[in-house]
Amino acid sequence: MGEVDYKALKKGGFMRQVQPDLFSMRLRVVGGQLRAGQVKKIAEIAEKYGAGYIHLTSRQGVEIPFVKLNEIEEIKQELAKAGLAPGACGPRVRTVTACQGNRICPSGLIDTTALAEKIDERYFGQEQHHKFKVGITGCHNNCLKAEENDLGIKGALKPAWNEENCNFCGLCEAICPSKSIKVDQESNKLSFDESACTYCGRCVKSCPGDAWSGAGGYILLFGGTFGNRILVGKNVIPVVFEENQVFKLIDRTLDFFREYGKQGERFGYCLERVGMEKLQDALGEAWR
Amino acid sequence: MSEITAKAFVDITDVVCPVTFVKAKIALEDLDDGEILEIRMNEGEPLQNVPRSLKEEGHRVLKVLNNNDGTYTIYVKKTGLE
Repeated sequence: MGEVDYKALKKGGFMRQVQPDLFSMRLRVVGGQLRAGQVKKIAEIAEKYGAGYIHLTSRQGVEIPFVKLNEIEEIKQELAKAGLAPGACGPRVRTVTACQGNRICPSGLIDTTALAEKIDERYFGQEQHHKFKVGITGCHNNCLKAEENDLGIKGALKPAWNEENCNFCGLCEAICPSKSIKVDQESNKLSFDESACTYCGRCVKSCPGDAWSGAGGYILLFGGTFGNRILVGKNVIPVVFEENQVFKLIDRTLDFFREYGKQGERFGYCLERVGMEKLQDALGEAWR
Repeated sequence: MSEITAKAFVDITDVVCPVTFVKAKIALEDLDDGEILEIRMNEGEPLQNVPRSLKEEGHRVLKVLNNNDGTYTIYVKKTGLE
């Protein structure tokens, strides 16, 4: 066996195992979704080339352990038949994770699956100073833990009240976590303080009479990491309501990290060092 | 607001999700369309989820009262889907 380019292998999603010349092969999974046919192909490969099992990674990925170095090309060809490809390791944009979002989940405020696919298509594998993780969660329940990602996206909903549909039942006041809604059931009055609203969308989801409606939006959270030293992603710009604004903001965020980050430094530590205000400046008008 | 007269009452403060909704649903099944069920539930998760699930099943929440003891009482009008 010739000289092994471990760096190139790692780039392509191959994790060197403790056992010599064996690799755990990481696959590219977007938003935690695989087609049934892909799962069958993975099973087939694990039985034929691996040790007959797979590992589900902490970020919705699939790894096939005990893959032999000299069979990697063959496996890649097999994977391609099912529309599968190796994932990413090392200092680059990683697997985009997502909950099931509003296609499936009654709590979902945005289509996380579609957004994950678009983000993966645009940014997956882009070189950075360190790994760069993007995760998308459909609502404030935060099943996908947006804040643990270098860039987290959380679904939001901007509520609007339509008086003619309201029967002043008081449910929205009772469930509003920020107490920004007050209902006077005696005199049929309602007040809404948008400055206190967290855009969780619970009023819209629960309203029995559709008196609350609203458009989906995106809360962006910057600089999270849950590795050796934990940082919680921070929300430093207002909620955005257009998908193209999200892409503009990701473009600028990745550019910012390329410009200000240091080799081997996670985005969150970079932000600690240079200051969150600098990022806010760099994001500029993109969120307006 | 006109007076609401409930046909039946169910207390779901003694159970947790997802039994909260199941218990409310079973109580609704004993009612005829248009009749009103009074449900007492805990604040927090049950209040967040049960009225929303009732809405998804087509029923109509008419009124929500804060009992100021960590529980709420809601009045729901049964609306048949069949």
